[in-house]
Amino acid sequence: MVEHGEIRVVHRGGSKLTSRDPVFSSDSRFLLCASGECVKVFSTSTEECIHDLRGHTELVTGVLLRPSNHLQVYSCSADGTVRLWDFTDGILIKTYVIGYPIYSIYASANHEGVIFLVTPAQSDKRSEMFQLVAVQLPQSGDQLVEARELSAVLSDVSSNPAAIVFGRGGEYIASANGLQLEVYFFKKQKAYRFPLKEDNKKGGKNTFMCVACHPKDDCIATGHEDGKIRLWRNFNHKKEYTYSTLHWHHSAVSSLCFTPEGTNLLSGGIESVLVQWRYNQESQRDFLPRLGAAITHIAVSPDGALFCTSHSDNSKELTVDTVVRTDLMMDPRSKSLVLNGKPGHLQFYSLQRDKLLYNLDIVQQEYIHESGLQQFEVVKAAFNASGNWLATVEERKQKAAELELNLKLWAYDEQTQSFVLNTTISAPHEAQITAMCFCHAADSQTTMLASTSKDGHFKAWQLAAQAHTEDEGPSWSCDFVGAYHDLVPECCCFSADGSLLAVSFQEVVTVWSPASWELLTTLSQPPGAIRDLCFGRLSCSKYLLGTSANNLLCCWNLLTCSLEWSTSMDVSLLLADPLSENMAAFCCQAGCTDLFVFKPSEPRPLFSRKEVCSGKVTRAVFAPREEMLESCEESSQWLNHSQLYFLTQYMDLMTFTTKAEEDRLMASSKQLVIDDSVAMTPFYLLLGKHRQQENQDSLGGMSAERTPLPQGSVAIREVGSPALFMLIYYFFSYMCSHGLREENKHTEEEMESEKEEEDSEGEMESSTRPKESLESEATESAAPALTKAQARELRRVKKLDHSWLAGLLDS
Amino acid sequence: MGEFKVHRVRFFDYMPSAIRAMAFNSRTERLAVARADGALEIFNFADHYFQEKVIPGQDGRAVEALCWVGQRLFSAGLNGEITEYDLENMRPRYTVEAYGGPIWTISSNSQGTLLAVGCEDGTVKMFELLDERIRFQRNLERQKGRIISLSWHPSGTLIAAGMMDMIRIFDAETGKEMQLDPGVIASKSKEVVVWSIAFLSDHTIVSGDSAGKVQIWDGLTGTLVKTHLVTKWDVLALAVSQDESSLVAGTSEGTVVQFQFIASTVDQQDKEWVRTRTFKNHSHDVRALAHTETAVVSGGMDTQLVVRPLLDKVEKNTQESALRKIAFPHRSLVCCAKKAGLLLFQFPDHLELWRVGESDGLGKPGDSLPVKRNPEKLIQLKRKGEDHICCSALSPCGGWLAYSTVSAVRLYRIQYNNISITKVSKLPKDLRSAHQLCFSSDSSKLFASSSHSSVVIVSLNQLECKHLHTLKPRSGESRPVHLLFASEDGKWLAAANADCEIHVYNLHKLKLHCTVPVHSSCPTAIAIHPVTSNLVVVHADQQIFEYSLMQKEYTEWSRKLQKQGLHSLWLERDTPVTHISYSPKNPAHIFLHDMFMFCIIDQSLPLPEAKTMLYNQMTLRSLPEPERIRHSHAFKISLPLCLLEDHSLVVVERPLLDIMSQLPAPVRQKKFAT
Repeated sequence: MVEHGEIRVVHRGGSKLTSRDPVFSSDSRFLLCASGECVKVFSTSTEECIHDLRGHTELVTGVLLRPSNHLQVYSCSADGTVRLWDFTDGILIKTYVIGYPIYSIYASANHEGVIFLVTPAQSDKRSEMFQLVAVQLPQSGDQLVEARELSAVLSDVSSNPAAIVFGRGGEYIASANGLQLEVYFFKKQKAYRFPLKEDNKKGGKNTFMCVACHPKDDCIATGHEDGKIRLWRNFNHKKEYTYSTLHWHHSAVSSLCFTPEGTNLLSGGIESVLVQWRYNQESQRDFLPRLGAAITHIAVSPDGALFCTSHSDNSKELTVDTVVRTDLMMDPRSKSLVLNGKPGHLQFYSLQRDKLLYNLDIVQQEYIHESGLQQFEVVKAAFNASGNWLATVEERKQKAAELELNLKLWAYDEQTQSFVLNTTISAPHEAQITAMCFCHAADSQTTMLASTSKDGHFKAWQLAAQAHTEDEGPSWSCDFVGAYHDLVPECCCFSADGSLLAVSFQEVVTVWSPASWELLTTLSQPPGAIRDLCFGRLSCSKYLLGTSANNLLCCWNLLTCSLEWSTSMDVSLLLADPLSENMAAFCCQAGCTDLFVFKPSEPRPLFSRKEVCSGKVTRAVFAPREEMLESCEESSQWLNHSQLYFLTQYMDLMTFTTKAEEDRLMASSKQLVIDDSVAMTPFYLLLGKHRQQENQDSLGGMSAERTPLPQGSVAIREVGSPALFMLIYYFFSYMCSHGLREENKHTEEEMESEKEEEDSEGEMESSTRPKESLESEATESAAPALTKAQARELRRVKKLDHSWLAGLLDS
Repeated sequence: MGEFKVHRVRFFDYMPSAIRAMAFNSRTERLAVARADGALEIFNFADHYFQEKVIPGQDGRAVEALCWVGQRLFSAGLNGEITEYDLENMRPRYTVEAYGGPIWTISSNSQGTLLAVGCEDGTVKMFELLDERIRFQRNLERQKGRIISLSWHPSGTLIAAGMMDMIRIFDAETGKEMQLDPGVIASKSKEVVVWSIAFLSDHTIVSGDSAGKVQIWDGLTGTLVKTHLVTKWDVLALAVSQDESSLVAGTSEGTVVQFQFIASTVDQQDKEWVRTRTFKNHSHDVRALAHTETAVVSGGMDTQLVVRPLLDKVEKNTQESALRKIAFPHRSLVCCAKKAGLLLFQFPDHLELWRVGESDGLGKPGDSLPVKRNPEKLIQLKRKGEDHICCSALSPCGGWLAYSTVSAVRLYRIQYNNISITKVSKLPKDLRSAHQLCFSSDSSKLFASSSHSSVVIVSLNQLECKHLHTLKPRSGESRPVHLLFASEDGKWLAAANADCEIHVYNLHKLKLHCTVPVHSSCPTAIAIHPVTSNLVVVHADQQIFEYSLMQKEYTEWSRKLQKQGLHSLWLERDTPVTHISYSPKNPAHIFLHDMFMFCIIDQSLPLPEAKTMLYNQMTLRSLPEPERIRHSHAFKISLPLCLLEDHSLVVVERPLLDIMSQLPAPVRQKKFAT
């Protein structure tokens, strides 16, 4: 097989690890975490991710060691399946189809062959009611087993996995929901309920948050919303039950865990302090403070030597906060990705090594872990071209008080190999800073920073040696304050040589000369305010590109001061590759994001990809490669110099790789890339098997007249997917069956068909060319299989597909 | 102009005394509480926690420990004496010197034959209980250092003593110290005081010490089983439930910590002591604790007695399941001269006579009127002798003042033109000591309840005071009278005693008129209607009765009330009604008040339904139809209340916050976010 330069979207981490409890393997060597649609296996000694267990098609909601075999692990998912894995080798052993979305999974050694699942109450799907059901797992050799014998154990349970726990040896199960604790004894088949008052007088909230059972004694620990921990005893009596109260946490206790011997109780919450209580001597407690972020889960290894805490900021791997407010950036020096990290920090994340390098404390204030408190946040950051300077903006907005803003400039210190604070400018602007950029001219001696703000001004900051103080080094000061017609500047951009500064004031783009601070020209393309501004690079440096809120991408020629071309597309993000002329534009369309890569000088895109991901992409970055790729194919040439990373709505960090690169990586020891049988995206998963099968078929028979119906029905049955996927599939199989001998852009897998090698170039033209004919053909051949509604949908999809191209070609 | 002109009196600086010791008699369900000033109070837990008896204190008597032996009550104090009390006549019966220095603790064996006291000099002294007295038997082996706490093993053969830094076990028969020696608790740096100790029937010893620890010891081997660090300060008191399944410890932080004897796993038999609940109802040291069947009773420096029911032992949402705080005495400490507008305040060691202020302003209802003349203190009268004042009275004209201690009654004549007070020197011999004093409405007679339910009548005039008669109930042996009420017309005198009997005497004929049918609960307030001569009685269980003295039967209204039952909100109140008076304007109105509220009963209106809400006056004002029972919560804490001649109302208030602010500072505690 010849290597091909297909480009595909690869998940590079970042999705939430912490939605569910982590699980230690029984020999404490591995830690298993549910992460998005897969389960990650970490080594406890090296803290590296060893591999992923992939197979679920929706969010994995629970991981559980199989009680009877400690080398196997169950995982459950909202897709209604429970899968059994061999986690050391990452092999899927069995799939049990339950048929209902599963929210958590429990099992105990006392109940052989039975797992307990939390599913929505079947009676009423509207109400948010959940029930705990026991499922007898059928003994069968098949890979795919249907397990539909459900028997309800407890009704009205919480969907929170921490709210249900097995007691001593699985003799009873404790479930907390709202203000009630329920204990069910399996032997006696009797449930005891212990309600708490809604609110005690002192304003405490008694709602249960989590439950833990002592491994040896009959003691249930419950965590509450007001930070109290209650230890329940004698709960086999309706009335003579008793509890003691421990109180250290000031906010809700989010996780509780007993150590395996039951000597200690661990608790954690938003205070980000791990508290260890001596069992039966609760006045003695130990603290592990400053864990960085709120604790969401605690797990203890079976030998009791390791504690694992999961934090709300996902800090086990790449920390992606729920709100990334700074752009993604590349540190030119360490070639690491820079983004918001811990609160008040910037994190430096090495993409090459897939590892968090360090967090840089920007705010330099102690972070108080309390909900509802307004804290300083890093909202903007920028590097200069050489990486010597880092500028950060932090702001704090309190409800009543006015905005607090700080602009900080950090110099790179060679000796300490880190950034050192050089200048702090408090209140650099009177209102929020909307954009900030360094002058990227490599040769210029004086570095310049431009910032625009909602107060209507843009300011230029310059590094200047202070004459009167010798001992202090140079510091930053304001060089120029500019404004234009009382309009609010939105974005700013320096040209590549640093001779021009473009600042957009709503729909007007002003171009200034930083040397003399003269307003050189204004460019305008009303209506619609400018969203993004970008100068072209290298050979295209005469172009200035802007996107407007009015779905317009404009390219101005600065030599003629006129509009070179414009096209109508809703660009959510425009960015330039610093090492080439290429520009990337992310367009948001119908809930999905499309990507186009183009050169400003050429009106045709180098590369385009529909439905890169769902949702809007607002953060992306070109990461320069350490060594250049030598790909000769046109479609993947743009990846030669740098790699494009982007963050999806769900904080998944994605990138584009080529096949060649992947194979090289595969060969290397580190198993970063997942083999073909494992899906990357739902779409991929849907189609993966069929594609292969189909390719084989088409290889064998070369029959172009195959109707799409059989595969289509298979797809429906097996996946039960939403209509959109189905339609894509129809469209897709139609394209293939008509023998269009080009690689389709929509596939997200590598095709192993030999057909493709015949012409994998010129795919742009071929897929765009026969617009009219294609449509007619499609209706012809697909019509028998499609209902009217489906056909309409199909047409709509196709229209979406091609309209932008027409626009491009017209311009 | 509103219904009443209200004098809100805030100058009564009543300050209750700290609770020092407590003993609960589970057979009679009586709780004895000793206060720091030496006063003793007996609460009847079977009768709505009513404060049945008060034995006033004495200078120099500091009760450190209390002990019930059957019906007999003993106390011991740092004055080195053991005192037995005469609960019938509410006075100390006799006092025995122990000759061992200050006594820290007193404890009797379960058989009720021996009394052990722990002394400062390190001896445990055994006293034999005789019918009338106690007799010294012998000393147990003398130890170094004082004996702070004692506890008998239920078998009566062993006695455990908590000392400085250690615990010793003695054989009660031989008086020898046992060979095994549990406990050296000493910490290196400072001395540890074993404040309290409990010897359980399974030979477990529980100790509470000044290091803040509750320790469980095995009394057979003398080994420490478990240590619970309960507080940073001292564990001052321990109490064990009757069935030894629960244990409470009181700390200097004001918390009470409960331990329970629980099996660690559901089916197993072996149990252990596990710390369970923490109650925080006190601001200061919890010095005394009692564990009843259903509740934990605690008291301490903050002078309040707290009854905290254990919810696993009582039915939910009953009267028993409510937390009770008893902060004020269940009797009146204020006497009001209706005609003269004078107030007499009773303190343990002095009396204060005040004239209420005046104002002339006419205001709208709810307005506060400007004060024209400030209230003034006319007389402060110090008591004579070392006994504390037990009761006092002021005549309605204001010309006479009487008070009584355990040993004597004193009567004074007051002149107001240039305020002078003269003691009436010659008092009749029959008037030796009184439990309750009362003047007739025309101030011509003084009634004093004396021993055995008898009431002594003394006639007063300018020249002399003469013993007129002694009224005695028909039945022979009887409890002392704690309530007296003389009717307005001077014809009737009602006397209620602790046996729940109410006798009504005809003062014209000087003989018993009738006895009201006995209700099971103790009467807390009585009054005779000035017009209809109906006797209204309110009991500790909040029941209200009206008894016609003419017909000698319950009135129609009272029968109707009993038939329908009182409103549940009324029955839920936890303080007894302490005073009843009548409206001179509207004879159908009865005024009742307790510690926390004042209400008016209008007998002419229909009774409230069980479901109707009781409103206070503020909300009632907007309602068209007045309810049958009206509550007014406008007054915070009205100790006593009287109606003056001119339709103005005197409300004496003593906010709890003022009492709290006079207490010494509590132990410093780190509070979150401070």
